[in-house]
Amino acid sequence: MSWETVIGLEIHVQLSTQSKIFSGSSTAFGAEPNSQASLVDLAMPGTLPVTNLEAIRKAVKFGLAIDAQIAKRSVFERKNYFYPDLPKGYQTTQLAEPIVGAGAVEIQLEDGTRKTVRIHHAHLEEDAGKSLHEAFFDENGHGMTGIDLNRAGTPLIEIVTEPDMRSAEEAVAFARKLHSLVTSIGICDGHMAQGSMRFDVNVSVRKKGDDTLGTRTETKNLNSFKFMEAAIKLEVERQIDLIEDGGKVVQETRLYNGDTHTARSMRSKEDANDYRYFPCPDLLPVIITDEDIEALRAELPELPDARQARFIDQYGLSDYDAGILAGDRAVADYFEAVVTASGDAKLSANWVTGDVAARLNAADIGIDQCPVSAVHLGQMIQRILDGTISSKIAKQVFDACWNGEGSPDQVIEARGLKQMSDSGELEKIIDQVIHDNTAQAEAFRAADEGKQKKMFGFFVGQVMKLTQGKANPQQVNALLQERLK
Amino acid sequence: MALDPQALARVAHLARLHLDPTDSAALTDRLNSILDMVNQLQDANVGDVAPMAHPMDVAQTLRADVVTEGDIRAIVQPLAPATEDGCYLVPRVIE
Repeated sequence: MSWETVIGLEIHVQLSTQSKIFSGSSTAFGAEPNSQASLVDLAMPGTLPVTNLEAIRKAVKFGLAIDAQIAKRSVFERKNYFYPDLPKGYQTTQLAEPIVGAGAVEIQLEDGTRKTVRIHHAHLEEDAGKSLHEAFFDENGHGMTGIDLNRAGTPLIEIVTEPDMRSAEEAVAFARKLHSLVTSIGICDGHMAQGSMRFDVNVSVRKKGDDTLGTRTETKNLNSFKFMEAAIKLEVERQIDLIEDGGKVVQETRLYNGDTHTARSMRSKEDANDYRYFPCPDLLPVIITDEDIEALRAELPELPDARQARFIDQYGLSDYDAGILAGDRAVADYFEAVVTASGDAKLSANWVTGDVAARLNAADIGIDQCPVSAVHLGQMIQRILDGTISSKIAKQVFDACWNGEGSPDQVIEARGLKQMSDSGELEKIIDQVIHDNTAQAEAFRAADEGKQKKMFGFFVGQVMKLTQGKANPQQVNALLQERLK
Repeated sequence: MALDPQALARVAHLARLHLDPTDSAALTDRLNSILDMVNQLQDANVGDVAPMAHPMDVAQTLRADVVTEGDIRAIVQPLAPATEDGCYLVPRVIE
């Protein structure tokens, strides 16, 4: 039996505002529990919300980036349910009139094919607080839940896709694209481990060719691409096994544990769909004018897709390299600064996607914390281009710069890494190598062309050894060819 | 729209209200008479009236994105029945 997977996503994106959506509390991550919870966040009687302009602006920017209709009038509603991380007894959100209407995001799969994922809508809402279930007990030893309301009221947009993805890989490609988009336009810091982007995946399976959708389950709160992919694959497998064994998929919310790679049913939600939404009487409709929208459109930076196309066009990069570089705004900015400093786009791209990326990855830091500045990397590439150092020595220079030994020129000077370009000096060394290895030289001269090719490397190696790698490889080749005739 | 005792029990549960079952029949009747009154609205012709989000015909005033609130934990936390390590404690909410 051949099965088809159908995936839709709901993504919570924390907007990178200084203050909360309805109060003047800070949204900074990592503060002492409840030190950023004001009377409004605590739902003290008599307090009233006042909406944060910046949250509205950031939501509109997202809508513009995905070519969506922006609602000129949007309405906040109350979604009523009781949970201790939500002291008001309702979440302020949007339902009937969300701020961002239908749009689309184009994704590129590993094999290069492109696909459009439709966005159903995106709405503004407040985040809830955090519940800590492990550490607390009452005097009788009964487990207690600790509540930290610092996160309560952090502005979110919830982005809802159509069920357009057909595999875990497509879902992850979409998630990465969305991450790239929201960080590029500066509405979210993108720190997944801090919960700045959280994914709920709706998964169902159906027989290939079926028109109707199967029963779906929702796996909530995945905060890494890796877990998302694993959780989807696990759930698809579970549903297919269940159906093939004669069972039925039950609509439910599931929780995935990345450490154990297992998932379990979280709660049966018989009451869950009865949130009794109604327009929030404490908040007035948000009105956005055409002028507001055009002003925000003008603020949008170049979007990742457009930048990728420009990198291919302007710098002659491959689709793949351009995609990697343009996908992250900070990386793209760094790359362009390196190009400006070095004057060579291809070498710059190789270094940024190669050694720089590998070192950042190993150190687990972002490019904004890269110890080698774009200007220094550009200077180093210039030294490769003008023959001061070879590509091989450049790696040494890069490491030294990374470790804080100064600019490339300082490192080259201090460590004496300048390539030998004085052909007279090089000739002396080559003569010495041939003199020290008379037998090999004789054997070389006697050998046929095919064998010579293999033996040639030995002499190059000896020269490099004596010069500590500082000889210009092209020069060494040419001189050796001449001397070994 | 009319409420039956099951629907009443469900709404009460969602609102976390404890109802005495002996009051159920009387409460259902009283709530239904309120619903009947509200139901008269159905007779109004609202075909070309836009849904109202707020009785005042004005738009939301927005505030600048500035942190204006400080840490008031030491003042408000004594009001809570139980706290520890800066957290409010509630009976454990997951199994």
